Amino acid sequence: MRNQQHTKLLFELSRPGRRAHRLPPLDVPAEPLESLLPSEALADAPPPLPELAEGDVVRHFTNLSTLNMSVDTHFYPLGSCTMKYNPKRNERLASLSGLVDVHPLQEDASIQGLLQMLFELQQMLAEISGLPGVSLQPAAGAHGELAALMVAAAYFRRQGEDRPVVLTADSAHGTNPASARMAGMQTNTVKSNRQGLVDLEDLKRQLDRRTGVFMLTNPNTLGLFDSQILEITRAVHDQGGLIYLDGANMNAILGIARPGDFGADLMHFNPHKTFSGPHGGGGPGAGPICVRDFLTEFLPAPVVVKEDDAYRLDYDRPLSIGRVRSFFGNVGVLLRAYFYIRSHGGEGLRRVSEDAILGANYLRSRVQHILDVPFGEFCMHEFVASASRLKKERGLTAMDLAKRLLDYGFHAPTVYFPMIVPESVMVEPTETESKETLDAFAEALFRITDEAQDLVHEAPHSTRISRPDEVQAARKPIMRWTPES
Amino acid sequence: MAYFFHTDEDRRQMLAAIGADSVEAIIDAQVPAEVRMNRPLELGPAASEIELEREVRRLAAANLSPASHVCFLGGGAYDHFVPAAVDAIASRGEFYTSYTPYQAEVSQGNLQVMFEYETLVAQLTGLDVSNASLYDGGSAAVEAVLMALAITSDRSRVVTAGTVHPEYRQALATYLEEIDAEVVTAEVGPDGTAADLISRIDEQTSCVLIQHPNFFGRLEQVEQIAEAAHAAGALLIQVFDPVSLGVLRRPGELGADIAVAEGQGIGNPLAFGGPYLGIMACRQELVRRLPGRIAGQTTDRRGKRCWVLTLQTREQHIRREKATSNICSNQTLLALRSTIHLALLGPEGLRETAEQCLQKAAYARRQFAASERFEVLHESATFKEFVVRDTSGDVAGALRHATEAGFLAGVPLERWYPELADCFLVAVTERRTRSEIDSLVSTLSSAPRSLASASGVAAGA
Repeated sequence: MRNQQHTKLLFELSRPGRRAHRLPPLDVPAEPLESLLPSEALADAPPPLPELAEGDVVRHFTNLSTLNMSVDTHFYPLGSCTMKYNPKRNERLASLSGLVDVHPLQEDASIQGLLQMLFELQQMLAEISGLPGVSLQPAAGAHGELAALMVAAAYFRRQGEDRPVVLTADSAHGTNPASARMAGMQTNTVKSNRQGLVDLEDLKRQLDRRTGVFMLTNPNTLGLFDSQILEITRAVHDQGGLIYLDGANMNAILGIARPGDFGADLMHFNPHKTFSGPHGGGGPGAGPICVRDFLTEFLPAPVVVKEDDAYRLDYDRPLSIGRVRSFFGNVGVLLRAYFYIRSHGGEGLRRVSEDAILGANYLRSRVQHILDVPFGEFCMHEFVASASRLKKERGLTAMDLAKRLLDYGFHAPTVYFPMIVPESVMVEPTETESKETLDAFAEALFRITDEAQDLVHEAPHSTRISRPDEVQAARKPIMRWTPES
Repeated sequence: MAYFFHTDEDRRQMLAAIGADSVEAIIDAQVPAEVRMNRPLELGPAASEIELEREVRRLAAANLSPASHVCFLGGGAYDHFVPAAVDAIASRGEFYTSYTPYQAEVSQGNLQVMFEYETLVAQLTGLDVSNASLYDGGSAAVEAVLMALAITSDRSRVVTAGTVHPEYRQALATYLEEIDAEVVTAEVGPDGTAADLISRIDEQTSCVLIQHPNFFGRLEQVEQIAEAAHAAGALLIQVFDPVSLGVLRRPGELGADIAVAEGQGIGNPLAFGGPYLGIMACRQELVRRLPGRIAGQTTDRRGKRCWVLTLQTREQHIRREKATSNICSNQTLLALRSTIHLALLGPEGLRETAEQCLQKAAYARRQFAASERFEVLHESATFKEFVVRDTSGDVAGALRHATEAGFLAGVPLERWYPELADCFLVAVTERRTRSEIDSLVSTLSSAPRSLASASGVAAGA
């Protein structure tokens, strides 16, 4: 049934002379190009792009789309990524004229409706986080981490303090240490204890007057809320350091606990996770940041302010770290977050987290007979299991499970992260999956553990391709099509 | 509430399987009582779809946009035409509700799109390789500089042209504040290009950052600058306009080592500044320092051609603090839109689009130049935008008047260039018509002049 012709590359479908695009006739007097531009700047010919008809293009990409798993088509329990349902109303509303087509350099007076929504979103994120200062500018979670660390650096500079060290947990996302490096800081790793939580002794050993920021994910990447949170934040604050909260797991604690209340000084949200922005095949996301009052003046500019009944962009912020990108931010993603929050209200958001916790714990209870779950009696919105025993007893790895699940029509969980659990399988079902789906997933896992080893090793069998050679891809990288290839 | 699944009966069964009395009990077992929120979030009541749509439509209708007003705004974001096929394909859930292709077998659609995108960017720029996209033009320019600093690790000087998009330079300043590097900016010359840029390149220079066509729409002397940069052992980074490459020579031919661009103008909506698309391409020998995701070709276990994420050892999830960048996401959905648009344009469509921008902008320039009130600031060639000076000095008044008459007429330059307080930037895309241009010039010309400006003092300051 698959249309093989249209999974060729665009370049292989190209035929000289075909074109899909026609412009109206030029309605101004045409001047010779040489009179408009110096000849040394002019190209001899346009770039060698493929030549296609519109029907070619539409069929090609429509067929390619069918080679993806997606939230609209499949259960996608990719841990740490919060692959929840992306409401269709958000798509329609974000595409309205007056939102999707507004130019970024329009005057404030011409975009009062848009600025009102962005202003209200700032307030909503402040309320949800318990941190009053908000910047919507960063383009992604990692970008928010970096911007917030720059805010911390600017604050310490202003205080005349030299605090170049950032501590990250060994279970943290790789972006944490990478962001710290980009912010010009040194990083040290804090170990996890036997419960999968921060090793408080190790943290205290490493804390000193050079500690700038401890970057914490809570609930952490094992899906556990760190019960020592107040001790942790107190210990860091006692040394004059700041707490950064990686907001990747906010889907677990909406209306349940606020980072500002448990000691975080800075954080980012991932609106594409927590507030249902579609993941777009890898992006766009957004990474708004929230900070405590004494850090607000260092936030990137501009921010939206309200004066009397008018909204405006405030650029006049002398202590601001400046910009971290061009223009306002990933407004399309932010608006979807706004629509999502409005659709739920405060009580609805709390139910989001409660149902996410319920779903994760239910699936955990169904799965723990098949896979060990090394940490915790319960979990928050996700859990991390280990295929170690299965590997020892049956020769099946986390990767094997992931690949075979694809044949059963499920996207795989995150595997081999966090690195502190061997053969880790990180499952985040989200609140927008039914009990029947969770049951079917557990059933599939159970059946896989009973299947012939070879069958599982060679999975997937039902997809167009199976087990691509990544080593070859990295050793001799082919990163573009060429006529010879 | 619209998106929940569990019935009371589901809940009862699920809790029984878990062995907990309530979700509350599960939370209590983990979250200390002292940090529990003891009041509901104050976010107002949940809005139904009908209520939300009514209100958002009202707020959207309160904004002006290129749908309500004829748009001559540019400055790094442009009202280019987006064909319907782009929206139709990009709104397929299989594309927009999928994620980073961690499982290649069920992501071949996205991976092939990324590979096609990378190829198109290489074809467009005349450079060897491209990544799968970055956040936006501004952060792409910054990442290019960071990449150059890493490659030339014994050098710490960055020479930029004052004609590079001011917000890109602001973002660069923010990033470089925290690392051991300095920026030297060559000022804008009277002809609207970077004056004395070459004289600022020295043995400590890691890279030179230019924009061509520049922020004012002017052309820079890219080949001469490239030669000077290379002679000093520095890399040349060129910010380009993808549409311009329908008529202008490609960055790779001009000597750029790294080329970056804002990809909004090819297939992506204006959306008040984002999400946008950061394009980045470079020479082959620099590829191991390239930031961001990259799709590469390989074969599967049966020998079938396929695509995977590759060179991942550059990336944060493997290398952590030693990664080339902290970037985790890319802008696949926007890269998809640009890929579709470029496929629809083809070489001739791109050429014709670029030529219409060029011709219509040149026509608009002539009309402004011929007007009594306005003059075109720079004499020589521009691509699709140019700087207009209001001899009455009342830029804000003139633009306000034009807005009332149905135009988003131009971008005032004072915010970034105080010396250009009496000037604004006008951009003309292929969408504009001769009659729109004529009426823009006559409308602006008929704007009342304020008293302050009549006496020669710039108003709206």
